[in-house]
Amino acid sequence: MNVHVPGSDVGARTLAIVSELKGLEGPLLPILHEIQAEFGFVPQESLPVIARALNLSRAEVHGVVTFYHDYRDHPTGRHVLKLCRAEACQSMGGDELAERVKALLGIDFHQTTLDGAVTLEPIYCLGLCSCAPAAMLDGEVHGRVDADLAKELVAEARR
Amino acid sequence: MTVRLYVPRDAAALALGADRVAKAFSREAETRGLDITIVRNGSRGMHWLEPLVEVETAEGRIAYGPVRPADVPALLDAGLLDGKAHPLCLGGTEEIPFLKNQTRLTFARCGVIDPLSLEDYKAHGGLRGLEKAIAMAPADIVKEVTDSGLRGRGGAGFPTGIKWKTVLDAPGDQKYIVCNADEGDSGTFADRMIMEGDPFVLIEGMAIAGLSTGATKGYVYTRSEYPHAIAVMNDAVAIARAAGMLGPSVLGSGRAFDMEIRVGAGAYVCGEETALLNSLEGKRGIVRAKPPLPALQGFMGRPTVVNNVISLASVPVVMDKGAAYYRDFGMGRSRGTIPIQIAGNVKHGGLYETAFGLTLGEIVDTIGGGTASGRPVRAVQVGGPLGAYFPRALFDTPFDYEAFAAKDGLIGHAGITVFDDTVDMLKQARFAMEFCAVESCGKCTPCRIGSTRGVETADKIAQGIEPEKNRELLADLCNTMKFGSLCALGGFTPYPVMSAMTHFPEDFSPAPMVEAAE
Repeated sequence: MNVHVPGSDVGARTLAIVSELKGLEGPLLPILHEIQAEFGFVPQESLPVIARALNLSRAEVHGVVTFYHDYRDHPTGRHVLKLCRAEACQSMGGDELAERVKALLGIDFHQTTLDGAVTLEPIYCLGLCSCAPAAMLDGEVHGRVDADLAKELVAEARR
Repeated sequence: MTVRLYVPRDAAALALGADRVAKAFSREAETRGLDITIVRNGSRGMHWLEPLVEVETAEGRIAYGPVRPADVPALLDAGLLDGKAHPLCLGGTEEIPFLKNQTRLTFARCGVIDPLSLEDYKAHGGLRGLEKAIAMAPADIVKEVTDSGLRGRGGAGFPTGIKWKTVLDAPGDQKYIVCNADEGDSGTFADRMIMEGDPFVLIEGMAIAGLSTGATKGYVYTRSEYPHAIAVMNDAVAIARAAGMLGPSVLGSGRAFDMEIRVGAGAYVCGEETALLNSLEGKRGIVRAKPPLPALQGFMGRPTVVNNVISLASVPVVMDKGAAYYRDFGMGRSRGTIPIQIAGNVKHGGLYETAFGLTLGEIVDTIGGGTASGRPVRAVQVGGPLGAYFPRALFDTPFDYEAFAAKDGLIGHAGITVFDDTVDMLKQARFAMEFCAVESCGKCTPCRIGSTRGVETADKIAQGIEPEKNRELLADLCNTMKFGSLCALGGFTPYPVMSAMTHFPEDFSPAPMVEAAE
């Protein structure tokens, strides 16, 4: 995943996205998804621009951004590794897998390795419950993640 | 002549390497000068055999699986393209007992066709339901769906036809069909599979719902955790629109229906219909108090049908074959078929569509084949994170809405998660509370505060601190959450907790902690 460092043009790029999507019914989530795709996270500087264009208060926009787990207020590492934490994965050793991956990366959930390579996130169900435990590395799904595959995924993410 | 080879594009198959297998086949075919066409189909639902590769022969489709990329040269050497024998050969796909014993109505085409080929879809019975609906009066369509006995497959089990009738009768110049594809329950993947494997059936179901209620606009609200389903649905909607299946005149009927795919942002509670509507409107996914019912004041305050993916995807077959045909499957007040999703620590995990009425034991032991670890089955959670844990003693419970309710459980979205005897049920009960605390929308106190107190209380039991008193407290807390919460998140979290405590009391009586002498 590329990390864009927002510059002075955040407002202009935000406005371009908002202008394109504001005609939708209930446009705020699609707008926030686009902004996160553009910047890698939802920059604070975007919020007043969105609020003004949608005739909302800044607090309302802030409230929506912070409600949803997906929206971040800071960039991730170059790669994002998500581990499923839900029951089906637990039944197949998901907790042990999580501990193993944390140890391999030297970080906890919601943290990024010091070299900026990997962010580790928990996820509650990828819908791969029949081939648990499951993981997702930068949008690619992996099932039946055993110790060897976990090592492989971590090595891939480290690169 | 080109040989058609099927390599699934379903996320479960991809997670097990289907893309690499497909690549290996095209590479080998090129080297060997073989003429093959690779179709990326949905999954047949036999996930322990994925990636399941099929080849079309004069004798029908022959299956091979699970195929690894390294197996490809040997498979071609053995004559896979002619359906010849190989240790991975499973014979005729339709003859595999797991598939043969199913009654596939909703999933009839899933895994069979190219998901994005409208021609394939039509050739396998697609669009017949919609064509029939176009020739009918809206009230007659509603009657057909009501008579079929179809109930909401999202978990609540509310009769679909009655919901539609409310929307049909509601005044309003703009009505909506909202498909709840926010399949957040662990152990479920039926919505994902149908969206990835047969997206047109969902579009057709939504169009029929639109015609029957006077709604001209539809939304599918799905999860950001499902990137593959989102991509397939977006492509399918564009194809359907270009073919006139959606748009100002559905199949030339002169009646309009169009739809969009919307993506959530990682909030489990948005699977609750009123939270979903708020989210769709661009608000925080906070649960709304009912009444007003969404059928009367739903999306944008207008009359709205909110149905689960599987409910809507079952409508085309109901319209095509008739209410009586569908109603004849099942038991009691649970009519038709249900796609059971067998997951977790299970040997034969996957999707099994069948009439209501199989016992839980048949599903877990016979169809699922017991645990993947080979250890004894200790508990199965039915219906996702808000569903009850069932012990072996209740394995005679038939799969039916009422029968499960009578045993203090629920079918939910029909996901079954199997656990072997290494499971710690106190830990599972704690997780249910923890999950509720993480995902609570915060609107009502029992859910928001109760879940956090629940985690703390479970921890005290685990530490051996006044276990008896704390078990009583936990039960009391569950009672408050069950009856005091606004929606099913807080209201149903007690199911896994109480069932764990009731059926597995031994896990809630840990040895008293010995104070460390430091």
